[in-house]
Amino acid sequence: MARVVVNLPQQARRGEIMEIRTLAGHDMETGFRRTQLGQLIARDIITRFACTYNGVEVFRAELHPAMAANPLITFTTVATESGTLEFRWTGDNGFSATHSAQISVV
Amino acid sequence: MGRETRAMQDDDTTNPAVLWLLDGESLWNRKAGEAAKSCADCHGGAGKSMKGVAARYPGFDVSQKKVINLEQRIGLCRTEQQKAPALAYESRDLLALSAYVGRQSRGLPIDIQVNEKTKPFLEAGRAAFNRRQGQLNLACAQCHDGNWGKSLAGNPIPQAHPTGYPLYRLEWQGLGSLQRRLRNCFIGVRAEPYSYGSPEYVELELYLMWRARGMKLETPAVRP
Repeated sequence: MARVVVNLPQQARRGEIMEIRTLAGHDMETGFRRTQLGQLIARDIITRFACTYNGVEVFRAELHPAMAANPLITFTTVATESGTLEFRWTGDNGFSATHSAQISVV
Repeated sequence: MGRETRAMQDDDTTNPAVLWLLDGESLWNRKAGEAAKSCADCHGGAGKSMKGVAARYPGFDVSQKKVINLEQRIGLCRTEQQKAPALAYESRDLLALSAYVGRQSRGLPIDIQVNEKTKPFLEAGRAAFNRRQGQLNLACAQCHDGNWGKSLAGNPIPQAHPTGYPLYRLEWQGLGSLQRRLRNCFIGVRAEPYSYGSPEYVELELYLMWRARGMKLETPAVRP
């Protein structure tokens, strides 16, 4: 599984908006580049990113070849209840990466 | 580099090099080679043992009888201590390890030793910096000593202090060493670049780090 880094507060007040930053290690080959000999380098990118909060999807992104390598996706969500945030990245050639984080809401 | 790039660099939650640092930490603790030793087995925690190391490289190595850079020092540990096959220059593993080691010196001033052993290599590096080369017949000094701050092809010419290597270059969309950047400089003046690990590069690295003495190490940096 590729390296992923997720940053979010460990604790939040109920109703507070929290910012979540995610970084996924991926070359994001666009499929438009060619080798020195002119051969097309096949596309290989992350296509989907989704975040669920206690099983409910709170954020989803569809990525396209224009996205830079090692995509940094930052989003916000409202802290509603304590529980688990699950992050999932899926992409070409069966790429899959997941991360899980606990949030404590007071 | 712009304000946004610097902000990206200084924040561990946005600096893409963090991905390599995590790999570096794993490699530091992983046993390797016939000796089945990890870096940690000899050096313990990197945070303590590697503090200040990257700020002193390139340095004179007694066993090699010449100045070597950090990547070469890691390579020597790999082949001589771990009895493992050498890591290729610019390979992900070597970059991750050198970034991890370098990170332990972040914030420390660059401190290159000048003595009768390092002086010949330093002078060779200084000569290389001032020597015209390539089809464009330019010396490093002409841009980076004589015209820094001015614009070239829409970009500001930097003073060329390697304070953050290995670094994440947005142009490369990945982490690279100082030698990779120097190769780009050679290609930029249309000179044939030396191969990775060449003594010419190590001498230049030594001179550039000495030239940046006193400046704080920013490894791993982010650059456009």
